[in-house]
Amino acid sequence: MAVLTYREALNRAMCEEMDKDPNIFLMGEEVGHYDGAYKVSQGMLAKYGEKRVIDTPISENGFAGVGIGAAMVGLRPIIEFMTWNFSLVAIDQIINSAAKMNYMSAGQFPIPIVFRGAGGAGGRLAAQHSQSFESWYAHIPGLKVIAPYSPADACGLLKTAIRDNNPTIFIESEVLYGSRGEVPDQEYSIPFGKADIKREGSHITIISWSRALLYVLPAAERLAKEGISVEVLDLRSIRPLDEETIYTSIRKTNRALIVEEGWEVAGFGSQIAYLIQKNSFDYLDAPVERITQEDVPMPYAANLEKASLPSEEKIISKVREMLE
Amino acid sequence: MSQPKTKKDTQDLFELYRQMLLIRRFEEGAAKSYSTGKIGGFCHLYIGQEAVGVGSIAALKEQDYIVSTYRDHGHALARGLDPNALMAELFGKKTGISQGYGGSMHFFDKEKHFMGGHGIVGGHISLAAGIAYASKFKETDAVTICFFGEGAANIGSFHEGMNLAAIWKLPLVMICENNHYAMGTPEYRALSVKDVSVRAGAYDIARDHIEGDEVRKVRDHVNVAVERARRGEGPTLMEISTYRFRGHSMSDPAKYRTKEELDRYKQSDPLLKAKDDLLRSEWKEEELEKLDIDLQTKVEEAIQFADKSEEPPLGWLYKHVYAEDV
Ligand SMILES: Cc1ncc(C[n+]2csc(CCOP(=O)(O)OP(=O)(O)O)c2C)c(N)n1
Repeated sequence: MAVLTYREALNRAMCEEMDKDPNIFLMGEEVGHYDGAYKVSQGMLAKYGEKRVIDTPISENGFAGVGIGAAMVGLRPIIEFMTWNFSLVAIDQIINSAAKMNYMSAGQFPIPIVFRGAGGAGGRLAAQHSQSFESWYAHIPGLKVIAPYSPADACGLLKTAIRDNNPTIFIESEVLYGSRGEVPDQEYSIPFGKADIKREGSHITIISWSRALLYVLPAAERLAKEGISVEVLDLRSIRPLDEETIYTSIRKTNRALIVEEGWEVAGFGSQIAYLIQKNSFDYLDAPVERITQEDVPMPYAANLEKASLPSEEKIISKVREMLE
Repeated sequence: MSQPKTKKDTQDLFELYRQMLLIRRFEEGAAKSYSTGKIGGFCHLYIGQEAVGVGSIAALKEQDYIVSTYRDHGHALARGLDPNALMAELFGKKTGISQGYGGSMHFFDKEKHFMGGHGIVGGHISLAAGIAYASKFKETDAVTICFFGEGAANIGSFHEGMNLAAIWKLPLVMICENNHYAMGTPEYRALSVKDVSVRAGAYDIARDHIEGDEVRKVRDHVNVAVERARRGEGPTLMEISTYRFRGHSMSDPAKYRTKEELDRYKQSDPLLKAKDDLLRSEWKEEELEKLDIDLQTKVEEAIQFADKSEEPPLGWLYKHVYAEDV
């Protein structure tokens, strides 16, 4: 197996799909001549030309709409948001057009589109450039929401997103772009709605996804040294959600902690906590707990930023507390 | 004095008049059904503006696309969508054009390239640019027409859509149907310009401005823009001036305007103008009368059809949230 970076894995997914289907195109700010703001589309302009790798002006609402219109008549656009922070000016198109068009037209106009780009907290990027929007998009029926952690998942899930006939919100983690991992050499894809058990354990289940696993996995490692066995689930797919894997794990460990980078209030973790109490109540030995980004806009100061995010320490002390 | 026109000279006008009259009678039927509670939600009527939709759409070919606003009944009828299915949609029935999922503001007909009624003011303008984009991508010569009100000319999507259409020379004709009011707001309180089409200058694209009370004039002007788009010479921004005789929607008594103003505009009712022109040629009053009765019957049948149709089954609630997986 080749070792690829997360960004290379995404690039490979797009190229493999574009090689197969001439109706796929990539559109966004700086995706072409600049080779991508985060270099995810590196080399693609040279390979596919200006017809299929299209640089846009800074007009998120406009080019999101263009993508949706093109999808209405049979093309399969990949729309890159330079980061998900800027998707907010396109949110009307994403919610009011992409997510609902199939429904309000009684199935006449499916919208096979992928909106993708960098998301989550960045390194000291402060309030307007450092935030997680999985919960926002997961709230909307009609959208699928994907947030991969590993390079192999990034590739396999992006291919599924491109082939899906529905609008997919594909949130890449800005800080993971350079991370490396083994990626199968042969062509493959990963279905939506399947969580990955990152680590087996018996005392507690930690449910997480995307960059938050960077805190969860080392915390689980350290807890193992204390004799605490943590099962770690990487959801990968937020909507559809793999409920079964969550319940199976809780039947085994009887405890659940959700770790997410988004805010606490109305965050996606609250939906998971609700589902667990509703469907696994009899198996719980402790209340379901959550660790989230603090309830503040992201501060710039290094110490405050660190204090606002989930961390290994927060996870370790929460797990100890839950096992007391 | 010129020679009186023959029927042959005005056959096209008769057809356009027929379409306008169908819209007028359909809307009257919708208004009636709204007052008896058969139609719910918002219901924005097109009465007074018929020449714009009919004239513009008459300039299109089958392969061309139409993107409409929430005031979409007239555009849909002008495109030849089935009045029964449209009325049934207003009634929320499974036989509706969007099977009861859409309602008044969301008519869709894929086969007829009718790409929606859209409820967010101006949001559909960039969608229209996207449809035009796809025509260019696929190297077809289809043109997209996008209708919007002057109220939509102040929203970001209008400007972004126009800029994108301009830099990519998209086959798009943007038609601002200026009826002088955005809900209760008169244009002079909301628009920085008196004529929306002058904004074309800011994007270096073609423009046109006409009065929208003569249906053939509308068709001919739109035709110029459509042909320009078809030749690959890019988008046009047109303003077609018009007036709605009813309130913004069925629930609006339109107290923000005077009776005198309304009466003045009614003098240039596009239907009266077309009718006068027809009568000045060889058409007889009785022929036009018969047409009217036929259309009223057609609308009455549509209402009956809608009323008798079944509601969508409850099992359909979740049916189209997601498209079939590949
Ligand atoms: C973005 C948005 N803001 C507000 C509304 C509510 N609204 C619906 S129609 C309308 C007036 C629009 O006027 P105009 O675009 O001139 O079209 P007209 O009704 O005159 O045909 C308003 C304010 C909306 N649907 N969408």
